[in-house]
Amino acid sequence: MKSVYVDIYRRMTLIKQNDERFRAVIKLGRIISPYYPVRGQEAIPAAVSANLTNDDYICTIYRGVHDMLAKGVPMRALWAEIAGKATGTCKGKGGPMHVTHPATGVMVTTGIVGSSMPIANGLALAAQIRGEKRVAVAYFGDGASNIGAFHESLNMASLWKLPVLFVCQNNGYGEHTRYELATSAAKISDRAAGYQMAGVTVDGNDPLAVYAAAKEAVERARSGGGPTLIEARTFRFFGHLLGDADNYMKKGEKEAAMANDPVPKFRAWLIANGHATEADLAAMEAGIEKEIDAAVEFALSSPNPDVAELRRDVFAHELSA
Amino acid sequence: MSTATSTAKPNTLNTVQAVNMALDEAMGLDPNVIVLGEDVADEQEGGIAGVTKGLSTKYGKSRVRSTPISEQAIIGAAIGAAIVGMRPVAEIMLMNFTTVCMDMIVNHAAKLRFMSGGQTHVPLTIRTMTGAGFGTGGQHSDYLEAWFAHTAGIKVVAPSCPADAYGLMLSCVFDDDPCLFIENMPAYWAPGAPPEKGVRIPLGKANIVRSGGDVTVIGYSRIVSDCIAVADKLAKEKIGVEVLDLRTVSPFDEEAILNSVGKTRRAVIVHEAVTPFGVGAEIATRINKALFGKLAAPVERVGASYCPVPFSKPLETAFVPSQAQIEAAVRTVLK
Repeated sequence: MKSVYVDIYRRMTLIKQNDERFRAVIKLGRIISPYYPVRGQEAIPAAVSANLTNDDYICTIYRGVHDMLAKGVPMRALWAEIAGKATGTCKGKGGPMHVTHPATGVMVTTGIVGSSMPIANGLALAAQIRGEKRVAVAYFGDGASNIGAFHESLNMASLWKLPVLFVCQNNGYGEHTRYELATSAAKISDRAAGYQMAGVTVDGNDPLAVYAAAKEAVERARSGGGPTLIEARTFRFFGHLLGDADNYMKKGEKEAAMANDPVPKFRAWLIANGHATEADLAAMEAGIEKEIDAAVEFALSSPNPDVAELRRDVFAHELSA
Repeated sequence: MSTATSTAKPNTLNTVQAVNMALDEAMGLDPNVIVLGEDVADEQEGGIAGVTKGLSTKYGKSRVRSTPISEQAIIGAAIGAAIVGMRPVAEIMLMNFTTVCMDMIVNHAAKLRFMSGGQTHVPLTIRTMTGAGFGTGGQHSDYLEAWFAHTAGIKVVAPSCPADAYGLMLSCVFDDDPCLFIENMPAYWAPGAPPEKGVRIPLGKANIVRSGGDVTVIGYSRIVSDCIAVADKLAKEKIGVEVLDLRTVSPFDEEAILNSVGKTRRAVIVHEAVTPFGVGAEIATRINKALFGKLAAPVERVGASYCPVPFSKPLETAFVPSQAQIEAAVRTVLK
């Protein structure tokens, strides 16, 4: 069970099962939180993260629990944060759109489209100035490639050969607007050429393809070769925000994507190619499910933050009451 | 002429030199201090006013980086470096240019400490210059400090003289919160007393630059020099004007304000930003709340005209609060 492929599958399963539970628990009203579902996009952060260590940084976005889980954010603290509890990663002060967990390299989660990229550059800049071998990953969606921050960031990263991966999870929709109606480029990776940067489009539902592209990009970044733009094409199964009726989608589009679900597909591949047995994977899945049970229980039974938290962490000093 | 009988002017320096001196000292003290912004390296002449001149030659191009004209990328890079322990000094050349990177400043620099529950913080200093007087018109001269003072999580610092610029800049660089440091462009080359080397001026503390018992005039940035001129003029009429230089606009020194106004019972607040919804409104409210029954007159505010900064010299002159307006406001509260 030690192969990198099995490790990627473990991360994908972690994402799939957590996403299923988040949606269920929020729909039941046991946790009140906006939630941006990630089902369908599992393979991308799972395969990228398999190339990273805790010393490597990521900046992710509001649709980001898959990126966080793949990078290793502990489930209990993540669930508690989304439940708004004192035991959450950010003491309940950030919520799902601002999860931060420096121990696993999750440095910023932003709710602003496009804002992961300029900050990832800064993380990479610090590593470069200090002569460290860390890399920074900026995750963002296809919609973010149309905002100014994308272009400013790619230009600066290429100019300064910053050790960054710009990973675009192209799920075909920016909010409710289809890719073709919002983006003039046939491929987002085409935009890399304008910044003298390596750019590649891969099937984001194929963990092996994402893994290979990320591996090359991480090696380039660590060896001083500069940034890479990776466009990973995928699909989000449950719309923009939980509760989204998907009426803006083409008929049958979602069903087709779900029939091509990357998680069971990769599972079958692992077994067919002798990387794991059915029993191995079933045991792994059951183990994750148990951990989720414990995380949900932990989150729901944790205390709320003290109201005094309103005065803390605004500045280094606590504000007076 | 012998040294003993020298009539040479006492040693002075201007704000350009003072900020340069502070940055030099900070970079020498801590390798985590880096400087980035448009034209800041020596190859580009050390900034359009030369504030960062010599730093890239002394500390290297890795730590002193001229950037593309990309304000979001500049502040984003500074934030990212700051949250992993560097102390970047990022220049946004002109204060009006903060409008194109407000997301980075307001949504990220100011909020990351809170939103992360204190796990990360942003020890970033943003240097920016502004001020009417050079005919730079509606998009190069605004005082926008109220926007930032209204945002929880970022400090706003506005020195009034070279020595304060030095001491406050050192404090900003080594402060663990993001600081917006406002330099007045038309006053850049005005000479002032040299600072005491290495001495940091605490943030959030005001400075009484003229003592007086009849009225308190509160200001910050360049216009403090006009407040001082008015105080000196009225002193000849035996009117005691206490001039309080805030030094830090946010968080401002409420205790010093209330102590002074508690004594004089009259207050005038002066700033070069437009008056409505400005810093003066917040200070006036705090004074009213604490000293309502004790005030001898309603608090007066003096600010710029409520319009974009005009180009034409006579209009620009009329736009900026004048010493005559400050004096008139003082006389109003003394009635």
